[in-house]
Amino acid sequence: MTQSGKNNIQKEGLKAPIIRIGVVHWIKANLFNGVFNSILTIVTLFLLYKVIPPFARWAFIDSLWFSSAEQCRAGSGACWSIIPANIRFILFGFYPHELHWRPFVAMIMLIGLLLYSKNRNHWNRSFGYIWIAGLSIMGILMKGGLFGLTPVDSDQWGGLPLTLMLSFFGMFAAYPLGVLLALGRRSQMPAVKTICILYIELIRGVPLISLLFMSAVLFPLFFPEGVTVNKIIRAQAAIILFTAAYIAEVVRGGLQAITRGQYEAAESLGLNYVQKMRLIVLPQALKIVIPPSVGILISAFKDTSLVVIIALYDVLKTTKSVLASPSWMGFSPEAYLFVALIYFVCCYSMSNYSRRLEKELQT
Amino acid sequence: MNGESIKSNRPSEDKIIEIYGLHKWFGDLHVLNDINLTVNRGDRIVICGPSGSGKSTLIRCINRLEEHQKGKILVDGIELTGNLKNIEKIREEVGMVFQHFNLFPHLTILENLALGPIWVRKVPKKEAEETAMYYLEKVHIAEQAKKHPGQLSGGQQQRVAIARSLCMKPKIMLFDEPTSALDPEMVKEVLDVMINLAEEGMTMIVVSHEMGFAKSVAHRVLFMDFGQIVEENTPQAFFDHPQHDRTKLFLSQILH
Ligand SMILES: Nc1ncnc2c1ncn2[C@@H]1O[C@H](COP(=O)(O)OP(=O)(O)OP(=O)(O)O)[C@@H](O)[C@H]1O
Ligand SMILES: [Mg+2]
Repeated sequence: MTQSGKNNIQKEGLKAPIIRIGVVHWIKANLFNGVFNSILTIVTLFLLYKVIPPFARWAFIDSLWFSSAEQCRAGSGACWSIIPANIRFILFGFYPHELHWRPFVAMIMLIGLLLYSKNRNHWNRSFGYIWIAGLSIMGILMKGGLFGLTPVDSDQWGGLPLTLMLSFFGMFAAYPLGVLLALGRRSQMPAVKTICILYIELIRGVPLISLLFMSAVLFPLFFPEGVTVNKIIRAQAAIILFTAAYIAEVVRGGLQAITRGQYEAAESLGLNYVQKMRLIVLPQALKIVIPPSVGILISAFKDTSLVVIIALYDVLKTTKSVLASPSWMGFSPEAYLFVALIYFVCCYSMSNYSRRLEKELQT
Repeated sequence: MNGESIKSNRPSEDKIIEIYGLHKWFGDLHVLNDINLTVNRGDRIVICGPSGSGKSTLIRCINRLEEHQKGKILVDGIELTGNLKNIEKIREEVGMVFQHFNLFPHLTILENLALGPIWVRKVPKKEAEETAMYYLEKVHIAEQAKKHPGQLSGGQQQRVAIARSLCMKPKIMLFDEPTSALDPEMVKEVLDVMINLAEEGMTMIVVSHEMGFAKSVAHRVLFMDFGQIVEENTPQAFFDHPQHDRTKLFLSQILH
């Protein structure tokens, strides 16, 4: 008994001491340490008391979930009914009603592919082919015209699939382009360097909105008369070109963090420029810039909502259209909260994933 | 280790590095001033000299990590010019070990070693890894193959760096102060590896102030100061009877 007691003491002595804190102690230490903090805590609690109960009452207790617009107007709570009643238009826009399963399946496929890609063990040679195959099937599903699927003109695309498409295609295309621009900016060749600097600084000097407008005006100039470039492709190109410039600057920061010794070691082994960059420099540089890159991708994702200005119906615009219909007019808080939730889920998953990736790659 | 026996395998008169009238400037700084040097296959040369005298710059010119502005450098018969293909060809044949190891931190030890052979020499992956394991065993760290460089001590990292160069089966090895970033107790383990290499007849140019190493391994010792080769002699003569005042001063400083 005494023997084992002694052993325990010795064992505990080896471990770092665990500091146990009670609830009261925690409150004292974190909320009421000092006069100023105490006042702050009390004010905050008061504000929360003023805001939370009424909000909860509106959102949950008095709310209606599956009713008509008239019933909503009679009640005093939130009218969540606006969402189930219009969900198909919010999600798919003007896509033909009876074909909604197609964008739906395409979206599920995209989410499936993204989940599959989360596991880094899947990042092997066939990974690229899986993505290409997946994206082609999604494209065929959206566009139709093959395998007996009714063709759907891209003017009718809209809603969440459009938002997801613009952002994910945008990211996948912008990232490599941004890396190339960053490498070009550090190139020894003056011409390449100048072009890259000009490009990056020009694009960063204008807002995305103006780029979207310009794409409508400029694209036709580059193509022979009679050839019209689809609106979605124009928007997509503008988003890619815009995001790439920001990615380039972030990647450049990562490249600067790689020491000269790494370049010299790679060179002294006889690696050529491409090998040196691909095998030694970029893997290290890109790892460093995961957090800021994801920041850019997240803002690019949110910026896709700007395509409304060239009359594309992304998920925000479809929601606004619902709100413009006479019967559902006035229920904007509910509708916007729903759209915000969609954006939040997407952005939060991205930043969450980036944190995990960062941890996994830490060596 | 027996110094005399190492030296007995005399180098043949077969030139592998030829440097004629080499000059190099960094801006206005004249870093190399009319360097002439011939290295034969199997030669082992130790370069010493005060800080900033241009030792590193000289050996870095040999694999074109630094570009020279005047003079001529021939390595294994190929002249170093702006020609990228030639530069890469020479770099394949010239291994380099740096003061700060410069291992690739994102790769495992084994990957560090196999990288060059796979991508430059186009050796199949399996074969490259076998070679890598062979050299890791030679430098006595085979059991660390799966680790990353950050997990190794300085001495171990430097031995990995040597093994990484050896995996390319180079004809020449350049060492730029390979032990000066190491804690004293790790210097010997690295020098032992280098002595082994010397015994196998590798052509080596070593920038180092390790006088014991120079005495037992080098055929020639070069003393550099202000971008010039001030004195060149056998280790015996160099340490026992230095000719120039600057050499004498330098030796008196490092030997105390
Ligand atoms: N990239 C560079 N740009 C400008 N000056 C340089 C550069 N590299 C070296 N120098 C200068 O050239 C001179 C010679 O440098 P070098 O590194 O060859 O000297 P060293 O003999 O190797 O000295 P140490 O013993 O300190 O390593 C020094 O004065 C150094 O400051
Ligand atoms: Mg040096």
